[in-house]
Amino acid sequence: MTRYVPWIGGAALVALPFVYRSPYPLHILIIILIWSFAYTSWSVMGRFGLVSLGHGGFMGVGAYVTALAWNYGHVSPWIGVPLAVVASAALAALVAYPCFRFRITGHYFALVTLALSGIVLQVITATRDYTGGSLGYTPERYQGGSSLWAFQFGDKTTWYLIALAVWAAGLYVWNRVDRSMLRYALEAISEDEDAAAATGVHVTAEKLKITVLSATMTALAGALYCQYQMFISPDTVSGISVSLQMVFAVVVGGIYVSLGPTIGAVITILLAEVLRIWFGTRAVGWDNLVYGVLLVLFIIFLPKGVVGSLLELRRRSRWTSS
Amino acid sequence: MLELKAVRAGYGTFQALFDVSLEVHRGEAVGVIGPNGAGKTTLMRVVSGLIRPTDGTLVMEGVDLAATPAHRIVELGVAHVPESRRLFPRMTVEDNLRMGGFVPAARPKFRRQLEVVYELFPRMRERRHQLAGSMSGGEQQMCAIGRALMSEPKLLLLDEPSAGLAPVLVEQVFELVNRIRASGLTVLIVEQNVQQVLRVVDRAYLLKTGRIHTAGRAAELLASDSIREAYLGV
Amino acid sequence: MGIFDIFLLEAVINGLLLGGVLALLSLGLNLVFGVIDVVWICYAELIMLGMYGMYFLYTVYHAPIVVAGAVCIVCVGILGLALHALVIAPLLGAAPINQLLATGGVLFFLQSAATVLFGIEFKNLGLRLPVLKVAGMFVSYSRLLAFGAALIAMVLVYLLLTRTYTGAAIRAIAQDRQIMPLMGVDTRRIYLITSGLGGALAGLAACLLVLQYDVHPFVGLTFGPITFLICVLGSLGNFGGGFVAAFVFAEIISVGGLYLDLEWGYVFAFAFFIVMMFVRPEGLMARRS
Repeated sequence: MTRYVPWIGGAALVALPFVYRSPYPLHILIIILIWSFAYTSWSVMGRFGLVSLGHGGFMGVGAYVTALAWNYGHVSPWIGVPLAVVASAALAALVAYPCFRFRITGHYFALVTLALSGIVLQVITATRDYTGGSLGYTPERYQGGSSLWAFQFGDKTTWYLIALAVWAAGLYVWNRVDRSMLRYALEAISEDEDAAAATGVHVTAEKLKITVLSATMTALAGALYCQYQMFISPDTVSGISVSLQMVFAVVVGGIYVSLGPTIGAVITILLAEVLRIWFGTRAVGWDNLVYGVLLVLFIIFLPKGVVGSLLELRRRSRWTSS
Repeated sequence: MLELKAVRAGYGTFQALFDVSLEVHRGEAVGVIGPNGAGKTTLMRVVSGLIRPTDGTLVMEGVDLAATPAHRIVELGVAHVPESRRLFPRMTVEDNLRMGGFVPAARPKFRRQLEVVYELFPRMRERRHQLAGSMSGGEQQMCAIGRALMSEPKLLLLDEPSAGLAPVLVEQVFELVNRIRASGLTVLIVEQNVQQVLRVVDRAYLLKTGRIHTAGRAAELLASDSIREAYLGV
Repeated sequence: MGIFDIFLLEAVINGLLLGGVLALLSLGLNLVFGVIDVVWICYAELIMLGMYGMYFLYTVYHAPIVVAGAVCIVCVGILGLALHALVIAPLLGAAPINQLLATGGVLFFLQSAATVLFGIEFKNLGLRLPVLKVAGMFVSYSRLLAFGAALIAMVLVYLLLTRTYTGAAIRAIAQDRQIMPLMGVDTRRIYLITSGLGGALAGLAACLLVLQYDVHPFVGLTFGPITFLICVLGSLGNFGGGFVAAFVFAEIISVGGLYLDLEWGYVFAFAFFIVMMFVRPEGLMARRS
């Protein structure tokens, strides 16, 4: 029975916009799906103890390269997005290779990547003549904002289906990694790098693979966000805050479960929306304030996240009942 | 002076000591011998407070050690020379000794106590400005013992002082233990080097898989067939 | 000497002066990391709060600047204590990465608390110290003052570490924390002292930075990443390494900023950092985390 649950759930999700077309909830759903995909991308590597705080940078590269290529080179996102993804992967490799090669792990890795996302933000701000700096940037509309060539769609249902497909693909990748040899190699590495290397695991290469994969997916999320929102700013798609936001959502949801990041996205985005409605225009700051407090509380009291803790609880109750 | 009754201790869910009872009288030297993984180091850590016992009583001169915070146990006169010495490698010999005299009571006596240690180990005086991590194993052992003596302890805990040392140095270490005893200090020593430790202690306990297996006078144990067969290989 | 060279020399001197402040920043972070084995990601946000403290005390409530500075140092020191007691202490046994993320949560919290309380407008002390003119170069007194104060603070910390029992314990704990109880050292107390000291150094840095920069809730993002790079390049927990790295980075930022915007100075610093990782990885990794 349980093996049909994903299929039934999937079918229900696909059918949803045809039954229920209210634009605001649909918008929230699309946003949740895109961010879920981004968070899943982070957890693909984060679950192996590779805590990157540079994913805000990868997302920013994904979004800005796509938009800049479209506005300045009139390059269709169909080419621009792959371009952005490659750029992001290259950046990830450039920073991660020396880190892994020279055994920069744990705190050090987190700090180097943290600086990376800070620097991407600085670059976007510094090139304000082209990127609009901190004021944000808008890809030019094409044919009234509905064009397959420009990857712009005025219709929320189309966007919902695209976001859903990408999100499902993200989960698929997560599960593929979960069942791959790569997972065992990376788990061995996160336990003890020397021991893993001694058993023939190519530590640097394996870590680099997962990092590039994760950065690639994150850049795609950034590009998707850009195309959907048709507006990007350094604060919303890059920088340290975005990196921390990703980690936060994953920690809330649960880092070792495939649906953890998704649940994290649902919780954090709904929370932000609720706070926005409660506080209205005074919301600026309040949502992150609550975020920050919750993040600290979660890490202290519920380090396995919501999904992880629920699974644990179920396992324990089974254990005691049997 | 020190009395353990039915002490149990371990790490997380792993229990390393089962109902260990042991006594050390003032002025005595007592050895704890036993195979690897018998719980010897755990026993030492329980006495100095690095590990708290889960059960049993642990009393030093009428004070309940189990209820004393670890950093206060030194003030009661217990000094522990940990396994593999554990000096502060990037600090000088003198700074290491200073750390040994960290407790408030020892601070005013620092200079005097430093002289005592330098008398005992003239080598340390020569090396006092050298980084501890750059010295040889034997010198590090001297420094570690010196560091423990800085707090003017009544009871010295020595955990495997001869481990990893060349045979000549092992001789020296045991000779040193004799000299420390002669100065009136009570010593509890854990050793793998059974034959030699039994020559310097008054009594010894044989610890096996976390339990006291045999106890007795050192001479008796040296003569006992089972110990000879199991540990001395004769 | 051509006009170009004078600008360059001026940038080099300003870089040197900036280096003093950056060294102070990395010293505080290194101290906390070395002793407690925790990275305060929110370190620059403590500085941001300190800068606001200065702004309110001096500009709004007209307290004498020295009093404002002293109060600010003490208050940020107390913040450091609170951060340790409330967030780090409960997580001491947890995975190191959780400790790091928890301070990330604090970063969020402090940034947004500042946004909510103080708004997003840029604020400044409204205090303009005179500018020193030497051989056609301009060097502001505020930078000289910052440099001098940073150096004095670092000397004081050095004396504390080398001349006192507490300082010896702080150095020792960074080398072997498990055996500290055997020395009679209460590690919790040393952790608290270090956190307070780390906070106080952030408070001092705030006093010095607010002389030169406007304060806003996100100002920490300007200093934070560069401080982390300095600490990693100098190898976290290694005071001497952080000191040298601070001056190298400050020169890159200052000289790089001469030709392009200041942001590019940061970008160059990061590029330099990546290159250094290839060239001198052993300088980075005196020890592993």
